[in-house]
Amino acid sequence: MTFLSMRRSLIWRGRSTISLVCYPIACKQLTQSPTVVALNILEFSTVVWLGSIAAGFLGALTGLGGGIMVIPMLTLMLGVDIHYAAGAALISVIATSSGAASAYVREGYINLRIGMFLQIATTIGAVVGATLTVYIAGSSIAVIFGAVLLASAYVSLRRLHGPTGADRPDRIATWLNLDGTYPTPAGAQAYHAHRVPAAFATMFVAGSLSGLLGIGSGAVKVLALDWAMRLPFKVSTTTSNFMIGVTAAASAGVYFSRGYLDPGLAMPVMLGVLIGSLTGARLLERTGIGTLRRIFVVAIIVLGIEMIYKGLTGRL
Amino acid sequence: MSDQRTGWTEQKIEQGIGNLLRVGVIIAAAVVVVGGAVYLIHHGREMPHYRIFRGEPADLRSFSGILRDCLQWRGTGLIEFGLLLLLATPVARVIFSMIAFAMQRDRVYVAVTLVVLSILLYSIAGGRM
Repeated sequence: MTFLSMRRSLIWRGRSTISLVCYPIACKQLTQSPTVVALNILEFSTVVWLGSIAAGFLGALTGLGGGIMVIPMLTLMLGVDIHYAAGAALISVIATSSGAASAYVREGYINLRIGMFLQIATTIGAVVGATLTVYIAGSSIAVIFGAVLLASAYVSLRRLHGPTGADRPDRIATWLNLDGTYPTPAGAQAYHAHRVPAAFATMFVAGSLSGLLGIGSGAVKVLALDWAMRLPFKVSTTTSNFMIGVTAAASAGVYFSRGYLDPGLAMPVMLGVLIGSLTGARLLERTGIGTLRRIFVVAIIVLGIEMIYKGLTGRL
Repeated sequence: MSDQRTGWTEQKIEQGIGNLLRVGVIIAAAVVVVGGAVYLIHHGREMPHYRIFRGEPADLRSFSGILRDCLQWRGTGLIEFGLLLLLATPVARVIFSMIAFAMQRDRVYVAVTLVVLSILLYSIAGGRM
């Protein structure tokens, strides 16, 4: 499979934007070693572990998820093939989704029926995407990834808000029993789901991207629930978290049975992202850090552009 | 009225499931830590190979192969076992949802959940298009 091979070797290369913006630990190493330092597995795992803690932390703070942050770290900084990076990222997505499930449930907003119904679309999409991914060159995947990263950053900044409340019920949604209620200080508030086919189609795209890129596609899912179905924002985000883990499992299943899940790489990534995202979520609970979040999102936009640029010039 | 009551129990069930999932993640992470330690002790001094994508050997693609590796106390096998445990947590979540729908006698959603579950199991069991 020569078309998958990267022209890069596992060395610390000159400076990359990601290390300057996000990863001070790696930055220090970079300045000490101008061009070439080969790392053995123990050192490599430690660097990946530290980088994954940072990625999980950023993912939680920005609301984009650790998986989407891990991939630029592994590919841009460490020269890991994007297919390996995707498999390891999927594992971290499942870990954070399942680990945080009880926190999301506690809020009482999840609409299990909407989640399960749309899960048909995401899991089929995930299997298709994960099956296709090895036939697509790493540079093309990098370009798609960069575009999704930019779109996700945009969605997280804009916080789309569909109109809710006193609107008319939708025929398909009523038939599928998708309408629900959510808790407010004034008691349970009823809401209707809308545009089921549009949401279903968007969810299929979310699933394919998950399988193709190794991400949870949280932003695309919120897009489907918030923009297409016009659900209340809290219902969208919590239901999306429920779906992310199942979608990532459908992708990871294909990755596992085809042998794309590398244990040596998945180990530090999973443990790092888990620690980083739990810490980030705790910090987020305690403080309203609006400006900090915006700064990080800008950093992520830089990363997205770098991924697209390197993909287009064939350097990734 | 009755809707609110079922909503409450559903919430309680979901909370239990959430806690269960967290325990699952903790167990999976612990297995991965042990496997990682074994792996690093044996292979820590070797050079990594992630720049070129090759895929994993056959014994790490099947349940029986992973189990065999675990019994031989091999690091990679132990890590993969931990990853499989982790992979099982969303599957468990879907199964619990199906039970919840069944208790509400919602046949449509038991069927919907069955479809999701079969796609999941199909993918993990080596789904070929």
